[in-house]
Amino acid sequence: MAEMTYRDAVAAAIAQEMRRDPAVVFIGEDVAAAGGVFKATVGLFDEFGPGRVRDAPISEQAILGATMGAAMTGLRPIAEIMFSDFFAVCWDLVVNEMAKTRYMTDGQVSLPLVIRSANGGGARFGAQHSQSVENWAMAVPGLKVVAPSNPADVKGLLAAAIRDPDPVLFFEQKSLYPVKGEVPDGELVDKLGTAKVLREGTDVTIVALALMVPRALEAAERLAVDGVSATVVDLRCLVPLDVTTVLREVAKTGRLVTVEENPRLLGWGAEVASIVAHEAFWDLDGPIVRITTPHIPLPAAEGLEDLAIPSVDRIVAEVTQALD
Amino acid sequence: MSEPQTVADRTVLDEATRLRIYELMLSMRALEKRAYDLFLQNLVKGTTHLGLGQEAVAAGFGAAMRADDYTFATYRGHNHAVARGTELEPILAELCGRATGINSGKGGSMHITDVAHGMMGSYAIIGAHLPIAAGAAWSAQYRGTGQVAVCFFGDGTTNIGAFHEALNFAVIWKLPVVFVCENNLYMEYTPIASVTAVANPAADRASAYGLDPIIVDGNDADAVYWVAAAAVARARGGHGPSLIEAKTYRHSGHSRADPAKYRPSEEVDAWMARDPIDLYRLRLLGLGVSEDRLVAIEGEVGVTIDAATEAVKVAPFPGVEKLDTELWADGGSSWRR
Repeated sequence: MAEMTYRDAVAAAIAQEMRRDPAVVFIGEDVAAAGGVFKATVGLFDEFGPGRVRDAPISEQAILGATMGAAMTGLRPIAEIMFSDFFAVCWDLVVNEMAKTRYMTDGQVSLPLVIRSANGGGARFGAQHSQSVENWAMAVPGLKVVAPSNPADVKGLLAAAIRDPDPVLFFEQKSLYPVKGEVPDGELVDKLGTAKVLREGTDVTIVALALMVPRALEAAERLAVDGVSATVVDLRCLVPLDVTTVLREVAKTGRLVTVEENPRLLGWGAEVASIVAHEAFWDLDGPIVRITTPHIPLPAAEGLEDLAIPSVDRIVAEVTQALD
Repeated sequence: MSEPQTVADRTVLDEATRLRIYELMLSMRALEKRAYDLFLQNLVKGTTHLGLGQEAVAAGFGAAMRADDYTFATYRGHNHAVARGTELEPILAELCGRATGINSGKGGSMHITDVAHGMMGSYAIIGAHLPIAAGAAWSAQYRGTGQVAVCFFGDGTTNIGAFHEALNFAVIWKLPVVFVCENNLYMEYTPIASVTAVANPAADRASAYGLDPIIVDGNDADAVYWVAAAAVARARGGHGPSLIEAKTYRHSGHSRADPAKYRPSEEVDAWMARDPIDLYRLRLLGLGVSEDRLVAIEGEVGVTIDAATEAVKVAPFPGVEKLDTELWADGGSSWRR
């Protein structure tokens, strides 16, 4: 085990896969010589050179088009979209081209590619550099969607995404980049579509993703002091969605609370709530609760941004109220 | 800016290549006319964007490309599949939504794809496939295979952002890609000149990316061939991309819903008089190819399209089991575990 930051785990995963497979290449803005604006890809350019780690112009459509064209002709490209908000300027390539092409060609075209992107709030960047857009991706058939909460998962899931034969959108929560955690030594390859139970309880199951996971865990600690025993599930992937783990953990506690960073309407928690309401209705002892960011763009000022994104205090309060 | 080139180096084109070009153009014409007929019989569903009149561009390039080169086309892409060697029957079957279609009926008229022949897809969102073609060229460059990507698009595409992103990107990375603008004078229903800042929508933008402006008579298959051969050789030789503007004209409307009444009749007449297939036939005769030989080829194409039509009419529709296959590489479409 070695302690590593979330950002260093990104570079570690890419390096691990580039050493193993010469078909893996990496493209993005400021990712090569500069090591990325979040310093998540430091060292890759030095180790693998300009042929495999390439700086691109501010041309997100060109970056993703090139990624797709490379993937359909024998490479396993990784692209970086610097901020996930920028998906809005190249969403055609993701939704109309990458997601649909295998289906439309009845399997003639394979697209083993990964798009990494810094997602989510907490950095006081304002509404155009802070969105959580993982639910946009979840809504599109043909995209796999990953959003890790800790360095070990970053390394293992990113490696799995690179080896996956389908298009994967890999959302890195930008406030987590400096967070440290233990990462197993040696080659690490995780499995997409597997949630993790991080804490087992008896009263309520809290399902969270990315930045909401450490907040849910801290909330569970505080709830325990008040005598509330909470299970915390880290969903880790939205597609494939590990419904089995969610249903099993809800059956044990009889309660479901989802904690989402995305705005209210059609967030991933709505889908999870729908599945649980349909398939585990008789396991429930009370209404499902969704904790989300309000349906607003994110404000920049720290006091306002902190009010908007679900906090430990809010999770504790809403869980307590739900169980009252 | 230097004067636009009209025709590249004109060395002698061998007869076999010319006859191949002629046969390709006839096949394209036969396919598109049959697609129109079958649409009227309600056998072709949805929409079709016919390439009638634009055959010389696809055929000239098809003859100049290597078997392992990549083609990227638009929703008006039937000609380009034929140019790479895709049989007529699976294309027609795809238009008719049959299980024997080249995409198994899951793509339709606008998405003809035949990877086995280097036809890497027909893309129906304007501009998207230019950067995708650049990516295939990046892959060829990285793998050192000498393959070239050729990307066809319409005049309207020159006004969308992806066109400009792809050109800049291809030039800075010196990618082996050839961008081919088929300028048929109309952006859907609107004259391209009325919505474009320059007279030649592709060629006049070339200098912005450090490229030579290249204009070719898109109704002259030989002229297209020479320009294509030069651009493909340049790309294969590691000298980077080219942007070619081929002036041509579609004989029908934008799509099956469009009678194209917005076009002045004198303009239509002038271009119909320059039908690329008629022009080529006259050239072949002038070069001493016998009438009998041409008639024989014409007869063979007629037999092929009739046989394809009969086969498609009795071909099965896709089974329900195809509905949820091939979303993922594991063959399925499951989103949950």
